[in-house]
Amino acid sequence: MSQYQNIFTLTQVRGPFEEGIPLPAGDSPRSGKPFHLWIAGLFGNAQIGPIYLGFLGSVSIACGAIAFLIIGLNMWASVGWDPVQFVRQLFWLALEPPPAKYGLKIIPPLSEGGWWIIAGFFLTTSVLLWWVRMYRRARQLEMGTHVCWAFAAAIWLFLVLGFIRPVLMGSWAEAVPFGIFPHLDWTASFSIRYGNLYYNPFHALSIVFLYGSVLLFAMHGATILAVTRYGGERELEQISDRGTASERAALFWRWTMGFNATMESVHRWAWWFAVLTPLTGGIGILLTGTVVDNWYLWGIKHGIVAPLPDIYPGVVDPAMTGGGQ
Amino acid sequence: MNLWLPMAAGAGALLAVASFVGTDWDLPPVDTEQIGYRGTGMYNSRDRETEAALQAANVVPPAPWEADPEGDRAGDIYENVQVLGHLSDDQFNQFMAAITEWIAPEEGCTYCHNAENFATDDVYQKVVSRRMIQMTQAINEDWTPHVQQVGVTCYTCHRGQAIPANVWSRDTSPEPQPGMAGYRAGQNVVAKFGGNSSLPQNALEDYLLNDTNIRVHSTTALPTGTNPNGTKETENTWSLMMHMSESLGANCTTCHNSRAFNDWDQSPPQRVTAWHGIRMSRAINNDYIVGLTPVFPDSRKGPAGDVYKVSCAPCHNGVQKPLYGVSMIEDYVDALSKKTQTGVPDYGTYVPGETLTLEPAPEPGTTSSLAPALAPAGATGERNVAAVVGQ
Repeated sequence: MSQYQNIFTLTQVRGPFEEGIPLPAGDSPRSGKPFHLWIAGLFGNAQIGPIYLGFLGSVSIACGAIAFLIIGLNMWASVGWDPVQFVRQLFWLALEPPPAKYGLKIIPPLSEGGWWIIAGFFLTTSVLLWWVRMYRRARQLEMGTHVCWAFAAAIWLFLVLGFIRPVLMGSWAEAVPFGIFPHLDWTASFSIRYGNLYYNPFHALSIVFLYGSVLLFAMHGATILAVTRYGGERELEQISDRGTASERAALFWRWTMGFNATMESVHRWAWWFAVLTPLTGGIGILLTGTVVDNWYLWGIKHGIVAPLPDIYPGVVDPAMTGGGQ
Repeated sequence: MNLWLPMAAGAGALLAVASFVGTDWDLPPVDTEQIGYRGTGMYNSRDRETEAALQAANVVPPAPWEADPEGDRAGDIYENVQVLGHLSDDQFNQFMAAITEWIAPEEGCTYCHNAENFATDDVYQKVVSRRMIQMTQAINEDWTPHVQQVGVTCYTCHRGQAIPANVWSRDTSPEPQPGMAGYRAGQNVVAKFGGNSSLPQNALEDYLLNDTNIRVHSTTALPTGTNPNGTKETENTWSLMMHMSESLGANCTTCHNSRAFNDWDQSPPQRVTAWHGIRMSRAINNDYIVGLTPVFPDSRKGPAGDVYKVSCAPCHNGVQKPLYGVSMIEDYVDALSKKTQTGVPDYGTYVPGETLTLEPAPEPGTTSSLAPALAPAGATGERNVAAVVGQ
């Protein structure tokens, strides 16, 4: 006999396909014939499709595909179209933004980062259209628009990194390359150049919200799983008609830490923590190089750097003592 | 339900990808030694297996014999002894025996000497060796802030090979497609001389051949508009630092407190030694290596046609103190510890197989303004590297 367990879903419920609510005139029809997928049922709903693509979705995917192709083909060209090197060095490869000498030139030479601008344009267009699509779909389902505003927070960070801050700094060279290791190198390099982002308070806030999101996600997920035996996963019902699942979950946290979020408020906590991660992070990036040039020295100035004893006495900058250059 | 199969398949796929891209993973245990104030994360970490292999590979060879400093001078006995003429006959032969073992143990004397007449300069290796001996003398005399009293010998780099294992030359592989696409800004491929990172490939050229500014930090909290460095310049510096780190088997924290990389007050004294090492490598490349370009055959040049050059790696070979700090110099004090004849011949005139004697210029040779002991008062800060490169 099959049984339901709340860590790994073992039972897949398969009924008639759900088509969703009728769409008003002017909307494209949903595409794809729905089908069941056993693997998908392990993680979520076993029904795949139908999907609503529509005009915005189609254009967004097309723009995203163009950006993906431009980046990929430039990566491949950067190793002389060698297929073996393309695969071996894939994590190392990148499409690099133009050098600083071109400043904010709209289209620098294609051989010196012009493709980065074009790829960035298509990627940004794709992301923004996808945002509009999420907004429109939420309204069509007469939902709130919380998801697309959370997405907007991520887009804010994306735009700060690739567009707003480079514009303020006056050079595309300040932007992030499109590549796996190179964008990580950029991140560390950015921190080193601007005197250690550790001392950037907005960076600190972003980390608080990031780790806080992880913590809240784990706490909330664990709590709900722990009370599913009392129907706790039916959260909406529990919000409007608090039952024993909700009571026990609340009691558990009040006993263990003296305070509990409610079935409803825990989602506000999670939403704000998630949204504030890129919002504060973006502010931190935006201030770096534009308003503050060395966060470590800024930290000294404002008393947030822990003083250390001088355990290497006698070490002085050799360039100051006239030995060579 | 059986999850082990997809799990095992996933792990297998990961390992396959890892072996394909050539990861460099160390198995534990790793020994860590605290070198800074508590809570600052300043540790040196050393993998035990790597360390055991390094210790086995970095053993100082004994001198062939103890040389007698008395007796007739080599310069009086043999012809065309330009740099080592001040040695006694026994010292001279002892040094020749040693250098054979250090550089060309298989080929023997004739790797550098014409078997018909040892005095002639028609074997290009001999011309190179002479310059390298001058270089070793200069390092030991002028660069004590870096090599201390330990000094260097030919063996420090050569280790029984004609070309030291860890030399560098211009690296452009894999060649990008010429034309409109594939802009990678000199980076974003495996940087052989940048710790196999995706950082700039030829940072060594900027810092150990040219004197591009290494320092990228601003020294004020707020922008003053005077620091032109951005993330790209920082990545270039970082590539040099990765090269140093890999060359010495050392962490960033060996020389820096990572909370303020640029702050000298918080830096361990090793950073001062390393600072001199960068200048020393630059001076060696400019004063001794690049000048030999006309002498080297194409087979002794890198894929881009430039001569093999030095960095930290040829001497250090993965060890923080080359050969674990064991000095070899006491057996060759007279040969290698002091500059003798510093004249530089016109290498452009050299024809291998024909030039019988390559005379040095009468004037003392180019010695670098970079050398701390040589910097004349008031001349500090002068950079004549470009002039030297141009020669």
